Amino acid sequence: MQMKETLLGPIFRNNPIALQILGICSALAVTSSLKVTVVMCIALTLVTAFSNLFISIIRNFIPSSIRIIVQMTIIASLVIVVDQVLQAVAYEISKQLSVFVGLIITNCIVMGRAEAFAMKNPPLPSFMDGIGNGLGYSFVLLAVGFVRELFGSGKLFGIEILPLATEGGWYEPVGLLLLPPSAFFLIGLLIWAIRSWQTDQVEAPDFQIAKHKPAEEAA
Amino acid sequence: MSSRKEGLGRILTVALALCVVCSVVVSTAAVMLKPHQEVNRTRDLKRNILMAAGQYDPGASVEAQFEQVTTKVVDLDTGKYVDGVDAMAYDQREAARDPAQSEALAPEEDPAKIRRRANHALVYLFNNADGDLDKVVLPVHGSGLWSTLYGFVALQSDANTIAGLGFYEHGETPGLGGEVDNPRWKSIWEGKKAYRDQEVAISVVKGSVDPTADGSQWRVDGLSGATLTSKGVHNLVQYWLGEDGFKPYLSNLRKGDV
Repeated sequence: MQMKETLLGPIFRNNPIALQILGICSALAVTSSLKVTVVMCIALTLVTAFSNLFISIIRNFIPSSIRIIVQMTIIASLVIVVDQVLQAVAYEISKQLSVFVGLIITNCIVMGRAEAFAMKNPPLPSFMDGIGNGLGYSFVLLAVGFVRELFGSGKLFGIEILPLATEGGWYEPVGLLLLPPSAFFLIGLLIWAIRSWQTDQVEAPDFQIAKHKPAEEAA
Repeated sequence: MSSRKEGLGRILTVALALCVVCSVVVSTAAVMLKPHQEVNRTRDLKRNILMAAGQYDPGASVEAQFEQVTTKVVDLDTGKYVDGVDAMAYDQREAARDPAQSEALAPEEDPAKIRRRANHALVYLFNNADGDLDKVVLPVHGSGLWSTLYGFVALQSDANTIAGLGFYEHGETPGLGGEVDNPRWKSIWEGKKAYRDQEVAISVVKGSVDPTADGSQWRVDGLSGATLTSKGVHNLVQYWLGEDGFKPYLSNLRKGDV
């Protein structure tokens, strides 16, 4: 039961992007086409899971004064390995992902889970937590990528769904969706949707807006 | 936290052990996967050369198709073939970084913003069934909006008519500048002319080109929403077909004297 919660909790209840607002950078950058998005999701899930696993295995040996740098070293090594494997087996996609695979190193989700979970928990739950958070990240990225590619370029996984006006079809693509800022709007809408459903995620307002007063009364 | 765990010796031991383990893992992966990556890179390059020349068949092996291609090394200044340089081993990008094999470009002679140009360049020759020259593919590169675009321009045997163009490496915005990869846009280039009275005339213009207008054969539609990428493509094509690029070579090729 607890294992299930560790694995599935981060998808909706405690989503790293939607609730903790981590990992936004790559969510903006790689979601303009689904194929690239899927590879990025797999890469991040693997890195989070294995970095959690290894950090958890050696957690009792890590001196706390250098723990961050130890985590970084492990994460960076894993990312390099993933990058090398991608270049060897999926060259086309690794070309499109270019720097973003390397930037997994600085993805807050990976560091966050290592520091918050793997340092305090045994290897197996840590591994599950990594997979779970990777899935939570993937869920948001795939949702954003789906909308962006479908309405931005009329395709899904590179296969034409809505024939574009420029190619002789009828669909006029929404250019904004191809640009990174559009992901902000989509993630915003997604957070709104999740919080309308899971109302306990709604944060208390920082301040109350005062009631409007007529000008002469305020003066 | 016990003091033993936080001692200096302990910190150094852990750090050292971690570094050794991680570096072994990373270097093992890099060394073991290197041959695969090289194969991928070469294949990708060859595929793009074939695609630029319009000779690529996705059904057949890239290596087999590339056997028809002759690769030669050209001295860009004289426009003649160079003997004694192994075309298979020559790396133009590497050479452009080496002061002994390249020259620095002053800003005014560097419209493509490449900063250094190698003295030698590779050209890829396609022959037709009779053994005569059919197409020549030239490697080009230059700055777009975000990145350097690397690609190929293919010319027909008259060394003037463009047979195709394609980029194999760039980091332009997907959907906007990234549309340089769009097959429909690339097909516009086919049949355009590079030179008008011995001067480079091919240009990428804003908006669409009226095919009936005078001079339309030297003009290519710019990409909408990607003014700077279009400009970059324009500059790099102009540069590489110009006096500092392949023009001496192409003149020689036209005369049949290379």
